[in-house]
Amino acid sequence: MIVPLEHVVVLSLIIFSIGVLGVLFRRNAITIFMSIELMLNAVNLALVGFSRYYNSVDGQVFVFLVMTLAAAEVAVGLAIIIALYRNRQTVNIDEINLMKN
Amino acid sequence: MSLSLLFYCVAAITIGSAVFVVLNRNAVYSAIALVLCFFSLAVIYLLLEAYVIAVLEIFIYAGAIMVLFLFVIMLLNLGKEDALPNLNYLQRATSLLLVLLFFVGIFIVMIGDQGLLHQPTEQFLAGGIYPLGEALFSKYLLPFEIASLLLLVALIGTVYLAKRKV
Repeated sequence: MIVPLEHVVVLSLIIFSIGVLGVLFRRNAITIFMSIELMLNAVNLALVGFSRYYNSVDGQVFVFLVMTLAAAEVAVGLAIIIALYRNRQTVNIDEINLMKN
Repeated sequence: MSLSLLFYCVAAITIGSAVFVVLNRNAVYSAIALVLCFFSLAVIYLLLEAYVIAVLEIFIYAGAIMVLFLFVIMLLNLGKEDALPNLNYLQRATSLLLVLLFFVGIFIVMIGDQGLLHQPTEQFLAGGIYPLGEALFSKYLLPFEIASLLLLVALIGTVYLAKRKV
């Protein structure tokens, strides 16, 4: 391995934390979706690093499945955002309180 | 040695573009920065000798998913977002604290008192298409089939949600 495993995992940790902060701080639904993509990619990076370290193909199979899940999630999520925008004319999640109370 | 230097440079680009994605107020710029982030992650996968995953990262994330994002951003005509009107400082401070706790916790666990985990220089054989395909169609056949079912469900759900009358 060209770098220690810890450095790969710490890079993954930094990207995951940035994604979490994006989900918690932003109010634009599209940006929140992009932050979720960042988190999924951080997990993929950790899986690839461990797969390389243990010289095993299993981590890469999990990355493959996570990518499938990300594609499905983005398709459904963006369809929900479009349906919401059609009804409410906004993507600000503070103004979307249809299910509150 | 120069390859590990390349790793750290690309890691810096990845972190910078991820911060740009989160901080930028314009959704289109965020999407472009996310494409840069995916490409630099693909370079990191190449450096970790996961060749198929690197190609899939560019195909699926930088290709399919980001095109979908850009289509939706431009379909909804989202311009610059206004400055946040109601800041809830207590909520923000709490979430920042929790994320810091998470970060420091895993950081301490990973960079402990033991030395760094270098793999002894051994030929890595699992990065090509052949071992991955063999694992997918023998050991992981059931998850593979379930993934196809998941894609079918997502397809039907998307078509239903995108209809005019919901």
